[in-house]
Amino acid sequence: MPTYRKWYYPYSSPFDPCPPLTRVPYETPVQLYLGFQPPGMKQFSPLQALSHGTLWPGLYTPYTDPYNPKKKEA
Amino acid sequence: MWYYEKKLQYPVRVSACNPRIAKYLMEQYGGADGELAAALRYLNQRYTIPDRVMGLLNDIGTEEFAHLEMIATMVYKLTKDATPDQLKEAGLGPHYVNHGKSLYFENAAGESFTVAHIQSKGDPIADLYEDIAAEEKARSTYQWIINVSDDPMLNDALGFLREREVVHSQRFREAVDLIKEEQGKKKVF
Repeated sequence: MPTYRKWYYPYSSPFDPCPPLTRVPYETPVQLYLGFQPPGMKQFSPLQALSHGTLWPGLYTPYTDPYNPKKKEA
Repeated sequence: MWYYEKKLQYPVRVSACNPRIAKYLMEQYGGADGELAAALRYLNQRYTIPDRVMGLLNDIGTEEFAHLEMIATMVYKLTKDATPDQLKEAGLGPHYVNHGKSLYFENAAGESFTVAHIQSKGDPIADLYEDIAAEEKARSTYQWIINVSDDPMLNDALGFLREREVVHSQRFREAVDLIKEEQGKKKVF
């Protein structure tokens, strides 16, 4: 099972003007890993599909603000 | 031809009067990686793409117009009751001077839309790879808007639109798989 958010740790200099962020997030959503969609994948109910934006739980990768984890999932 | 259904693809609710978000949303309305650019790109490229994936470009291009309409609704809701002073405060003063409260195809920085934003190369691989890139760029634009917006109802609809970018990217990737397949060859597993 791949992870859909990764982090990298850029160099920060002691002479940088702003406090360092230390780790920087980037998204790696499901379409990077799935390949050609196999037949027979699990489906949402039509109503759930409409609200999730996809018929397929296997394609559902919601986003959250990485800088503000308390914010509701978008 | 098209049939029009007089409803949005996903309900658009806005909880706070914050015209500044409207300015940010303009990136998806008239920006280089916005919904208009996407719709025009796919619907134009579809004529010169292998017929196995022509329908995909047709369907996704059509859906992009439904997304454009959602963005337009958001922008309209956020600006329709704003006073000129509030618009000025939100950085929309120049927009108001030129366009009043009407919508216009420009990006968040106020630059007009141009078709030079999009390409049609007539090479199926080049075009589909551009389309995949366009979906990923639109996906990240939605992420950055969600990061600067604290309106949970608006972010809900933006999350829906972002998920559609994920699905479209997946389908374009499958389209590449389809047209690069060695046709008529026996597959050995």
